[in-house]
Amino acid sequence: MTCWDILSDYGLRSLGFGERLLPRDNFTICQQVVLIGSGMIWNIYFGLLALVSGFFLAVATAVGKSHHNPMFRKPAEWFIFVFRGSPLFIQFFFAYFTFQSLKGAYPIFTPLTSAWLGALIVLFLNTAAYSAEIFYGALMSIPKGDIEAADAYGMSGWKRFRRITFPTMLRLAWPAYTNEAIFLFHATTLVFMSGFPARSQMGDALYYASYFADKTFNPFIPYPILAGFFILLTLTVIGTFGLINKQLNRHLPQTNRAKIRLRLNLIR
Amino acid sequence: MAAIFSFCSDPASLEGIEWLSCYLTTGKHLGIYWSIGTVLLLLAITAPVALFFGFAGASAARSRILPIAWFGKGYTAIVRGVPDIAFFLFFVIALDQFFEWIRHEVKCPDWDMPIRQGNDFVVCPEAKLPLGTAPQWVHETYGFSLAVLTFAIVFGAFAANVLSGAMRAVPHAQLETAEAYGMTQRQTFWRVLVPQMWVYALPGLSNLWMVLIKATPLLFLLGVEDIVYWARELGATKTAKFTDYPHGDWRMWYFLALLVFYLGFTKVSEVVLDKIMSRLTRGQATAAGEAQRKAAA
Repeated sequence: MTCWDILSDYGLRSLGFGERLLPRDNFTICQQVVLIGSGMIWNIYFGLLALVSGFFLAVATAVGKSHHNPMFRKPAEWFIFVFRGSPLFIQFFFAYFTFQSLKGAYPIFTPLTSAWLGALIVLFLNTAAYSAEIFYGALMSIPKGDIEAADAYGMSGWKRFRRITFPTMLRLAWPAYTNEAIFLFHATTLVFMSGFPARSQMGDALYYASYFADKTFNPFIPYPILAGFFILLTLTVIGTFGLINKQLNRHLPQTNRAKIRLRLNLIR
Repeated sequence: MAAIFSFCSDPASLEGIEWLSCYLTTGKHLGIYWSIGTVLLLLAITAPVALFFGFAGASAARSRILPIAWFGKGYTAIVRGVPDIAFFLFFVIALDQFFEWIRHEVKCPDWDMPIRQGNDFVVCPEAKLPLGTAPQWVHETYGFSLAVLTFAIVFGAFAANVLSGAMRAVPHAQLETAEAYGMTQRQTFWRVLVPQMWVYALPGLSNLWMVLIKATPLLFLLGVEDIVYWARELGATKTAKFTDYPHGDWRMWYFLALLVFYLGFTKVSEVVLDKIMSRLTRGQATAAGEAQRKAAA
């Protein structure tokens, strides 16, 4: 069997297309690369959707946390505290069993117990909380002069937010937000390790990597393959976010631009 | 099984608070309380060992001998691009096989079969870790030690990141002054750089502590019977046939309890670390120290 055959058999295996049975013995490097790569589809799916949807909730929460009215501030603070203060692993388990109880009571909640929706909701809320803290920090460090200038121009409310506060906040938060995005993609590997079932062996990259490691008793091949895929993904994220960063900073003189430095501040 | 409260002898007749207090003190529940001890033990061992690994890694990265510097830089860089969970799963098997291989080479030099036979990893029986004849507790301790070592390696890499940043943050003039006084490289490192770097490292290290707390449930994936294991076990549906305390699927509530436990733990750590930080910044020539001085004045 050539590598092309394996690619057409297993390339979309994580989505349920192609060969139904996973390879059982005589594992080749090609099989491992293809299947782990196929699993990456799920990591990208979870990461991308959670990131995009979480962004909006994060901005809203950050604005809420900086609001002077406790009716907005308190819920935002609690939301951030709950999701940043507890392990994502436990959040997944709790959500899964909660969704299962809900499903028992009302069948309409059935989709929530499968990973594609249930885990996505948890990741969405989790990344929203972490990003909200980053955005809140950025909101707090917006130069006072910018706001005063906006006031002097007669801007207020929505207009001031849209044209002054929001862009500046985004620009200040972007390097930290890049790190958050990277760690969100890393966190997606927890999904199938934590309760959410990989139905008919449709799992993510780590699921297949550990499958091979279990079957071959040789961790030295599947995990480095997984590492390679994730390094590629990380580089792609850094590249994309770097381009956006350039765009956000384009009005500033070269020397003042914030550079993205990969800083390790969070895994969950 | 002896019950802790005397009124627990007939569970079927109990109600409300009494039932709950009896339920929560059954022999099986003591397992989950012990496993909280496991978590604390893991933290107590991992934190200093990881700090040591991190220090070694960060110092190696500064070495003038190239291979050592590469090793240090490689170690600091591994956790950047790859999910930590992959390292956890990798190191537990890799370390186990590494130890068995070493013992195999030492104890059975005459063994002529290859170690990797197809999908099997075969060492001679004397090299097995732990020995096949060892009692259960040895197996459990070995599993836990492997997990601790794995945690220490991964978090050592995180700590190395923080510490090498802190070493770079020490003002360069300090090091130049030390050299001007005629100190050797080694003296400069131990007498000037190391004592000064901690103030810069502390915010990063306290952040790391929080991350370490939140990583403890991953013990479950390394095959240790930790709180996640017990929460799943105890919460699952119990019928009257097997227990005096039958109940439905309560796993949701058990994990809610774990959630609250971790929230409380991180909150307490946050308060304590803030205290330590404000204690350490007192009188320091940093922005935070200046703010403290102004607030007091």
